[in-house]
Amino acid sequence: MQTLTQRLANPTRFMQLSAKLLPVFAGAAAAVILYGLYLVFFVSPADYQQGETVRIMYIHVPSAWLAMMAYGLVALSSFGLLVFRHPLADVSAKAAVPIGAAFTFLALFTGSLWGKPMWGTYWVWDARLTSVLVLFFLYLGLMALRSSVEDENLAAKLTAVLALVGVTLLPIIKFSVDWWNTLHQPSTGFTSTVDPSMRWPLLVMAVGFSLLFFALHLKAMRNEVLRRRVKALRMADVARRDTNAEPVAAE
Amino acid sequence: MSSFRALVRRDLTLAVREGGAIGTALGFFLLVVALMPLGLGPDLNLLARIASGILWIALLLSALLSLGRIFESDHEDGALDVMATGSLPLELVAAAKATAHWITTGIPLALLAPMLGLLLNLDGAAYPALVATMLAGTPAVSFIGAIGAALTLNARRGGLLLALVVLPLYIPTLIFGISAVSAATLKTGAFESSFLILIALSLGSLVLGPLAAAAALRIQMQ
Repeated sequence: MQTLTQRLANPTRFMQLSAKLLPVFAGAAAAVILYGLYLVFFVSPADYQQGETVRIMYIHVPSAWLAMMAYGLVALSSFGLLVFRHPLADVSAKAAVPIGAAFTFLALFTGSLWGKPMWGTYWVWDARLTSVLVLFFLYLGLMALRSSVEDENLAAKLTAVLALVGVTLLPIIKFSVDWWNTLHQPSTGFTSTVDPSMRWPLLVMAVGFSLLFFALHLKAMRNEVLRRRVKALRMADVARRDTNAEPVAAE
Repeated sequence: MSSFRALVRRDLTLAVREGGAIGTALGFFLLVVALMPLGLGPDLNLLARIASGILWIALLLSALLSLGRIFESDHEDGALDVMATGSLPLELVAAAKATAHWITTGIPLALLAPMLGLLLNLDGAAYPALVATMLAGTPAVSFIGAIGAALTLNARRGGLLLALVVLPLYIPTLIFGISAVSAATLKTGAFESSFLILIALSLGSLVLGPLAAAAALRIQMQ
């Protein structure tokens, strides 16, 4: 009996399965996010202190959560590549990095927009902001390392090592607001300190963003598999032309 | 263990006989610190307040400059391959080379720092704390740096890439190093906790650095 990850080691099987899953994820993401946006703009109340700016939170919190989850996925995939040599592990890691970077940027950007009216400044060097910025740099480092090593196999493994080293920073990012008492409020973790009228839209948006992430990730993985196939075909084509050309040259 | 020591001694001898490497890092350290007052204006009160930050950032930049040296020349002339096939595990080879880097770069930079502190009007009472934090923090700089040096061994644009890869990993060290020194200058009493975390970071990187660097080297030698 093979497990799902073992069966997916065959890229063709992955392409078949993902072709079926992708519309489901994408459709669900679109529906949930639309419903979430409806809740955010028409149902949930404005905050008594923050006013309308509280609505930024419904984008900010899910982005921040995905920024970290994406890194977790990159690290997990890197582990899968280095330890189990799973053929799709690197595809997954490579696909997740730019998406994670984008969500990290979104979290920083929306946070900064919210910070201007609330804290009176776009940017503060507090523990949470700084550590998320470090996460962003980490993503950039991963992309830079991969793009500057020519051999794709080598690049994949080296990037995986760096991703696993970077994991040591993840707990610092996650718990920075709990360890240091700074300007950024601690995570509520969807607990009862958030009023139900705001908790429910936030939860819906978090689910919607997660679905969006998985849809994007799946699509990026499919693109990467296709890109590799095209590359392999091109190489085979060149190799065939070379062998055909030789007798001509000999005449 | 004896081969570990022999390897450290070889790297130290090479660094001394080649010359230049240590001096370049020290000269760069001096220059970066000297540029700061030119950019910020010669206000001594301001400089005294931010001296710990300037010194730590300058130290990181100068150490960064010399990180490429850890594996590069041995990789180019094939000595690294010989070491990899030798009896010493690659993890210990990486550890030995990082140790040699710490001795030739970290310690001289830490010892030079008080002198540069004079240029920045750093409070005299903070000098012992400054040297202590730098001595405690520079192992992390060398051992984390060894990871970056190993990862970028075969990369194009190695130098710039090394900075991009390594600097995010240096940020915790930088933060606690600076907060320990400024706690000592302002006598807020938070010196001990920052200093202990700094030591913890160094000890952690002592374990993680050689493992990751050796993994990266092994991948590239296959």
